[in-house]
Amino acid sequence: MTSRREQSVAYAILGVFSLLAILPILGIVVTAMQQPGGLAGFGSFDGFHVDNFRRAWEQGNFGSYLKSSGIVSVSVVAISTVLSILAGYAFGLMRFRGSEILFYIFLLGLMVPMEAMIVPLYYDLRDLRLTDTYWALILPQAGTSIAFGTFWMRAFFRTVPRSLVEAARIDGASSWLVLWRVLMPLARPAVLTMMVLLFMWTWNEFLLALVMVTDEGLRTAPLGLSFFQGRNQADLTLLAAGACIVALPVVVLYVFLQRHFIRGMLSGAVKG
Amino acid sequence: MSARSFVTSPAAALAARRGRGDERPPGEPRRIGYLYLLPALLVFGAFVLAPLVHAFWLSLFDWDGITAGHWVGLHNYQDVLSDQALRTAFGHALILLIFYAGLPVAIGLMLAGVIARVQVRGLPLFRVVLFLPQVVAMVVVAVMWRMIYDPGNGPINTALRGVGLDGLAKSWLGDFGVALPAVGLIGTWVMYGLAMVLLTAGVQKIPPSLYDAARVDGAGAVREFLAVTLPALRGEIAVALTLTTIAALRNFDLVYITTKGGPGDATSVPAFQVYQRAFETGKVGSAAAIGIVLAALIFTITVAINRVAERGTGARR
Repeated sequence: MTSRREQSVAYAILGVFSLLAILPILGIVVTAMQQPGGLAGFGSFDGFHVDNFRRAWEQGNFGSYLKSSGIVSVSVVAISTVLSILAGYAFGLMRFRGSEILFYIFLLGLMVPMEAMIVPLYYDLRDLRLTDTYWALILPQAGTSIAFGTFWMRAFFRTVPRSLVEAARIDGASSWLVLWRVLMPLARPAVLTMMVLLFMWTWNEFLLALVMVTDEGLRTAPLGLSFFQGRNQADLTLLAAGACIVALPVVVLYVFLQRHFIRGMLSGAVKG
Repeated sequence: MSARSFVTSPAAALAARRGRGDERPPGEPRRIGYLYLLPALLVFGAFVLAPLVHAFWLSLFDWDGITAGHWVGLHNYQDVLSDQALRTAFGHALILLIFYAGLPVAIGLMLAGVIARVQVRGLPLFRVVLFLPQVVAMVVVAVMWRMIYDPGNGPINTALRGVGLDGLAKSWLGDFGVALPAVGLIGTWVMYGLAMVLLTAGVQKIPPSLYDAARVDGAGAVREFLAVTLPALRGEIAVALTLTTIAALRNFDLVYITTKGGPGDATSVPAFQVYQRAFETGKVGSAAAIGIVLAALIFTITVAINRVAERGTGARR
């Protein structure tokens, strides 16, 4: 077999599967811009009615859903990032009794799916009167995010040359200063990758929001979309427009930071 | 410094914990470590560990969520094996493994096998496109595929009718026979890009000398794939299988949006049973038990996959 033929086979496979990946996504974007009123089907085409996005934003309440998702995602990413950096620093560069066993507990928690925790979480948070608040969405998500973040940051801190830390310590820098002045500039790419993954996971989380929130004003974007689908079966265009709005923030982030997404997920990142 | 260079998968870290002498933190003994750890441990403990323990406790009761529950010991776990509805759900999860993990890894390996032998330009661009389904929220994916599978004006049925195959057009998500594979194929669509990108990245790290050696020995494309590519990709295959398997077992969003487990219980899966039992039919203890079993399954499978992969790279130790 000639290598030219094999090369064509490689391009054919890549081309076909890339098309398969992108066509449904292009399809829903086009559907979102069809004439509203119940005639449009997925992939039908009668021009571009961009106005649908505005109508979905207002009538479909997607403006409010996006706001909730934004509040939850930013809070989770901020809390988890700071706490994970601190914990990863301790695990990666310090030695203390029980650090090994504590780390394996984190690692174990990393593999626990939300499905296993959701039942007690609901009853516990209800008893604390926290259901139907943003806290019910933020705190459990932060918990699982910290398990991942700690693992991630520990792995980074272990790659830091010891001499660097030792030199700073000899100069009299405290562990706090070493972390923020010496190590953080180096850690920036790793931290950014972590933040991007945490943001995506939080934004896309569905089960937690479904269980914890009944107040329409608190619904996150994926939850809002599922309710919108329930009450809007007739007109595909608004539903498609809503779906695009829900997916857009993460997709935009992906376009700009795709290296971080791919790098992060290729490293086998799993989170419960 | 690239993030890529320092992290191996969490499961691999867990599987590899024995036999690595260098797993000690490089720092000196420092009590202050506890202080740095404390905030993370508090949040993690309160919202991951405590619920996990509480879930196990709940799973030992028969409780409807309102009235007082009563102790049933491990009965809820026996149900996983004996209760018809649960056996069906776990059976479906196994079938979905083929679609979520089996097919994507097979597709990825096919591409890897070809790419190993030739130079391909533009791979980064393909990679961005192939990876896109991974970043779209599962709820959006589900809404999208409901439209594609729509029995009335969905593109699949429209196309079938267009070429005169009206007989094949059906209610894809409402038909007892095809609903589960239809849901499974959505999973394939989401996961295959990840597998392809993972495995092609792995192939590019294989030293060309291995292929030269195989060619000198007169190996054909198939022999080369089996003797060089496949063994060298062990680690990447393990990561791909781990990620896809977890996605298959955790499959809640997709089923909830597309079929709600129906028609009948044709697409019922464990994750959906957790939700339904806990929040709709008042079997909280049973729901908690299913959640624990799911967690245990995920844990066991990930560690097993990574142990097998580790064994293959034994020479490196």
